[in-house]
Amino acid sequence: MRIEVNGTPRDIAAATLADALAELGWAEARVATALNGDFVPAAARAAQALREGDRLEVLAPMQGG
Amino acid sequence: MRDFYGITLNSPLMLGTAQYPSPAVLQAAFRASGASVATVSLRREAGQGQAFWSLIRDLGVRVLPNTAGCHSAREAVTTARMAREVFETNWIKLEVIGHADTLQPDPFGLLEAAETLAAEGFEVFPYTTEDQVLAGRLLDAGCKVLMPWGAPIGSGLGLNNRFGLRTLRAAFPDVPMVIDAGIGRPSHAADALEMGFDAVLLNTAVAQAGDPEAMARAFGLAVQAGALARAADPMEPREMAAPSTPLIGKAWL
Repeated sequence: MRIEVNGTPRDIAAATLADALAELGWAEARVATALNGDFVPAAARAAQALREGDRLEVLAPMQGG
Repeated sequence: MRDFYGITLNSPLMLGTAQYPSPAVLQAAFRASGASVATVSLRREAGQGQAFWSLIRDLGVRVLPNTAGCHSAREAVTTARMAREVFETNWIKLEVIGHADTLQPDPFGLLEAAETLAAEGFEVFPYTTEDQVLAGRLLDAGCKVLMPWGAPIGSGLGLNNRFGLRTLRAAFPDVPMVIDAGIGRPSHAADALEMGFDAVLLNTAVAQAGDPEAMARAFGLAVQAGALARAADPMEPREMAAPSTPLIGKAWL
């Protein structure tokens, strides 16, 4: 299915958010996720189903003032 | 020294982590400054986030994540929730920006986000103006720290409204306050501490200096001087001259 990951369309096989992160190479990464604008805690990723057209944000620590 | 949600900082300097020429310069600046807090952000993972996180951990300072760039309460609240998970802290520097040119806070969105986050157990550091009414509302919402601006973010103008800041400081004498944004020179930072503010938060003034490490050291010394001066109870300014050398015993020439 095709979803949007950090603003870029991606075709993924995974059906859940946890599996999608693994597929995208972020299984062990320190990241936080939001799906369609809502925060999804790490503990809820395995149960979070993905649907065609979902917008996934994967955020990581970055420089800030 | 007033504490920040139960934490007593060993330096009243909070330093941003953006805009340094290199990671090595960032590290050198932190060491030279003696800063006790580093501000950080969350952005889309593009390959650098993991290395940056280990660099920040190695600084050995407390981390204050921000919601920089958020223009609505909803956006800021979601960003704060994500930051809490990634950085493992309840501290959040809450920015809800109201205007693209001045980067001044949106007081209405700020208050709304602060209420939501405080209710969820966040320890909110609201980036606000010197407005006393808004400050009172933020305290009512559950904020136990205030971060009034000195001047617009990145402007380096210093303490733009000294009267307003003095009034705010006097209105809430027990509330820890950090001057955030607009600090351009070490003298501005010392000034803020002398006025009774508990800390300063700055980034550009160090990161964009010709020699960030030396400037970081200058800021570290300036906040120490300002805090010492405040504790020493500075004299009040006066309009007229008053001779400091005794008149008694002056020769009749």
